[in-house]
Amino acid sequence: MKVSYQWLSEYVDLSGITPHELAEKLTRSGIEVDAVESRNAGVSNVVIGYVKERSKHPDADRLNVCIVDVGQEQDLQIVCGAPNVAQGQKVVVALVGAHLPGDLKIKRSKLRGVESQGMICSAKELGLNDKLLAKDQQEGIMVLPEDAEIGMDAVSYLGMDDYVLELGLTPNRSDCLSMLGVAHEVAAIYGKEVMFPAIEIEENGEANPVQVRIDAKEECHQYHGRHFTDAKIASSPQWMKNRLMAAGMRPINNVVDVTNYVLLEYGQPLHAFDASQVADRSIVVRLAHEGEEIVTLDDQNRKLDAQTLLITDPQKGLAIAGVMGGANSEINDDTKEIILEAAWFTPQTVRSTSRKLGMRTEGCVRWEKGVDPLRVKEAGERAAALIQQLSGAKVSRGVATNVVQEGEAAVVSITLEKINQHLGTSLNASEVSPIFDRLQFPYQVEGSKWTVTVPTRRGDITLPEDLVEEVARLYGYDKIPTSLPTGVTTQGQLTADQQLRRTIRRHLIGAGLHEAISYALVSPERVEDVAGLHEGQTNPVALLMPMSEEHSVLRTSLLPSLLSTVAYNKNRQNHDVSIFELGRVFLQRENVLKELPEERVYVGGAMTGQWMPQNWMGAKQPVDFYQLKGVVESLLHALGIQHVTYKAASDLAGMHPGRTAEVWAEENRLGFLGQVHPGTEKAYDLTETYVFQLDLAKLGEAASDVGHYNQLPKFPAVTRDLALVVNRDVSAGMLQATIREAAGELLESLTLFDVYTGERIAQDKKSMAFSLVFRHPERTLQDEEIQQVTTAVIEALKTATGAELRM
Amino acid sequence: MQTRLQEMKESALGQISQVTDSTQLQDLRVKYLGKKGELTELLRGMGSLSPEERPLVGQLVNEVREALEAAFTQKQSALDEAVLHAKLASQTIDVTLPGRPVPTGTMHPLSRIIEEIEDIFIGLGFEIAEGPEVEMDHFNFEMLNLPKNHPARDMQDSFYVTDEILLRTHTSPVQARTMLKKQGDTPVKIICPGKVYRRDDDDATHSHQFTQIEGLVVDKGIGMSDLKGTLLTFAKQMFGPTQQVRLRPSFFPFTEPSAEVDLQCFNCGGDGCRVCKQTGWIEILGSGMVHPRVLEMAGYDPQEVSGFAFGMGVERIAMLKYGVEDIRHFYTNDVRFLRQFNRA
Repeated sequence: MKVSYQWLSEYVDLSGITPHELAEKLTRSGIEVDAVESRNAGVSNVVIGYVKERSKHPDADRLNVCIVDVGQEQDLQIVCGAPNVAQGQKVVVALVGAHLPGDLKIKRSKLRGVESQGMICSAKELGLNDKLLAKDQQEGIMVLPEDAEIGMDAVSYLGMDDYVLELGLTPNRSDCLSMLGVAHEVAAIYGKEVMFPAIEIEENGEANPVQVRIDAKEECHQYHGRHFTDAKIASSPQWMKNRLMAAGMRPINNVVDVTNYVLLEYGQPLHAFDASQVADRSIVVRLAHEGEEIVTLDDQNRKLDAQTLLITDPQKGLAIAGVMGGANSEINDDTKEIILEAAWFTPQTVRSTSRKLGMRTEGCVRWEKGVDPLRVKEAGERAAALIQQLSGAKVSRGVATNVVQEGEAAVVSITLEKINQHLGTSLNASEVSPIFDRLQFPYQVEGSKWTVTVPTRRGDITLPEDLVEEVARLYGYDKIPTSLPTGVTTQGQLTADQQLRRTIRRHLIGAGLHEAISYALVSPERVEDVAGLHEGQTNPVALLMPMSEEHSVLRTSLLPSLLSTVAYNKNRQNHDVSIFELGRVFLQRENVLKELPEERVYVGGAMTGQWMPQNWMGAKQPVDFYQLKGVVESLLHALGIQHVTYKAASDLAGMHPGRTAEVWAEENRLGFLGQVHPGTEKAYDLTETYVFQLDLAKLGEAASDVGHYNQLPKFPAVTRDLALVVNRDVSAGMLQATIREAAGELLESLTLFDVYTGERIAQDKKSMAFSLVFRHPERTLQDEEIQQVTTAVIEALKTATGAELRM
Repeated sequence: MQTRLQEMKESALGQISQVTDSTQLQDLRVKYLGKKGELTELLRGMGSLSPEERPLVGQLVNEVREALEAAFTQKQSALDEAVLHAKLASQTIDVTLPGRPVPTGTMHPLSRIIEEIEDIFIGLGFEIAEGPEVEMDHFNFEMLNLPKNHPARDMQDSFYVTDEILLRTHTSPVQARTMLKKQGDTPVKIICPGKVYRRDDDDATHSHQFTQIEGLVVDKGIGMSDLKGTLLTFAKQMFGPTQQVRLRPSFFPFTEPSAEVDLQCFNCGGDGCRVCKQTGWIEILGSGMVHPRVLEMAGYDPQEVSGFAFGMGVERIAMLKYGVEDIRHFYTNDVRFLRQFNRA
């Protein structure tokens, strides 16, 4: 809502209050003012002039030489290029020394040899928004009405000395979608009176011939029709144009402008029909027939459904109630006879129709939020008075009224105790009553209880808490004291799950990975390309109306997010990327979602490029499988997850079949890690990239805390190194498992310290060297014992894997 | 005899002082103090002395021996030290060369802010509550006093999955869920961080996915002054001990009264600057007293208990705190962006 400061001052005394002070006060008491704008874009020293003579420039076809009376002793000679300049016009003249928007300064000058002592201005040159200009003022110089006073300051005549307060209204304060509503608010803040416009109608016509019938009684609660004859359609006086433009509305003609003016003044949408087009002067308010059509004011043919409320005559539709008038009964330059509608439609009906038709007029905005039902008729009468005043129409006797039901004011009670408890204040009754007085809310008070009759203009107030807010905001939020909740002491803490996430986050950061957070909405093809961790079939959760294909389904795996992030970085020359993300995936088990999808938290990581930054020691370290695996191993270690095994996995979508492992903790499948499949790398335009993905809930199940410590050993350990030669397809995991099994309890630790393939052994073989540390907790081991165990280990290895000792 | 002793001492001390390495020193030691050394030889000659002379000469011999021993020891340390010096000098390295790199990661700026806020409220006795990101319309809107067709639903256009299921548009449904789970128990003291989704075109200041943190306290006798005090405590811890909060009346369907909360601009400290548009204040939170209908629907009697709620956008705080100009940086994860948040 754009509020003209000058216009507002007609309803409430603003003397001594600047527009900016007013804005600050409004904002601090609940009506946020987004901006205060001067209507003057930098205009000074412009006056109203009268074109006494106009002649052609002797040396230029397109220029005119005008003699202009600007109320000074001497007339001015002004050269003007506008084709529409004519003798007898009232125009806006920028005098020598005038400023115009865009840092333009008017000087005495010669145009093709003829002296020009100023400039005749167009509306655009004065900085007026041409989208809001009446049609006759959009082209050429601005021609003013005949009654404009010669020599008068044009800034003031055009209302450019006004300020506009732009309100950012919250949905509950639709009462401030009207000048009078804002006036009420300002009056409450400053403790002033609201001055209502005087309504003077001379019923100088015949009896009102209009009949009103309401068939749709649910949707339309009242309808008042005024009737006019002998109207003269013309353009509105400048003061009305100024106000409409200040409010962001385009002046059209004196009748339509009045309906818009009163819409702004009262917040009551009105509509004027050319009565000669209304059959029998008979208005019927009914629901449309399914498929009924009407051509609206914007010349669009609209097909309606049976929920649409329609204003009709006995033969045809005249207007879509509350949304837009029909073209057939539009006010035009030849209109003489008018029916003015002031009605009340339910917010729901206008809202649903405006949605369905995709039309949201200024009227719709007000209908949707609720119009004050007790001011409908008054607003209509105000408009009738203005129409008579501006168009010279005769007003027929009486109002054609049909009222199904009137609005009822809400009665809400509140106690002082409740107010103080809710606010934490210690107000007394003598501080509260004046607040209701200022709001002009009638009330009865019994002890410390108020029974308040809330005016219908404030439909947002229905509960005691709503009154508490009124008291609070007018008392001043600043004056509310500060305290902390008392009561039972509570212990704030993280849940195990929340703690686990923090531990993982910190560990991976310490391990050199950057935390990333990505969009959960991804493209469907990306989801199909890569593996998740879920078992069984799942469909991605898809949006009904996505904004783009790229963000249309929820991820079922972190891989699309991670790989997109790596790709994004690669496109920006960031080739070395090590990242992780803790985030949710969404699994939809049904074909059509009835229950909420399953949400699981995964932790995933991606690594590519060089692991070590370039350094003077020269050692480059490109990321490989084992670098990534080391990160995962260290994480599992930090979480106390034991008995971890890595199983080669050759069939995970998007993963390299020979370089991927599933991570298991006993029977618990934690996730997977490995190299991204070259095909997928290509799809994302990546170079060699490694990823892991683990299910947080499963990590939580497998995790353990630090338990009892192991006493430090009292007896020495014995170390034996075994270098084994095996076929190339024998895995380290197989050898380790076999060694552990055969060595039994005496084996304290087992470390693989060398892997070799090359010239010194057969081509189809590889060598792996293990260090075995043996210890007995209660005594020193004997050589023979070690020998026995070692022999058993070698035998077992030979049997299980065909391993030979390397000589 | 005494004269010879004296001469030997002089000559030995002279030689010791000339020595330049350990081997020479060792040789000298043997020459004078060894089994066949000069001093030993002299002692052998003691037999020829008179009984009166013997103790005197004996004493003198001991004095000479001690003097020489001391000289040898001293010289040896001096030599050792010189050797060590030379060795250390030869080991000198360029200490200005960079150390071996230890790759370290960084916490995402949004996580930093979330954890910081969580910790402040944990200190105030709050628990952290979480809920689904895909939510029932019922919890996202209806339980929060936003029935179907409520005009305030316009304020947040949503991503629907079915007619009844959508991506949550705020973290408030977690409040409703938590209250329902508590079945009327008091106090409720939670904060709810999480991702939320709205139909916005992504640009420098809008993101279809963003992060909120909401707080809720429900108990007997909670008043708006408690809201103000709690937020002031939070603001001081988060943004510095001189922080102030300012409440302005506002509207949210789930609170009544409602308030926008401004903090003193942490760029200029309240003097007015570009960041705060010269006002000295920055809008950071929405808040209010929990609407009685919200309490009722969640199983609490508004006659018995009251509560306050507040919510803030994590991106907004991060953008203000770190001067980030484009909200998309938080979700595109350029490592040059992430690396800057590197303080432990």
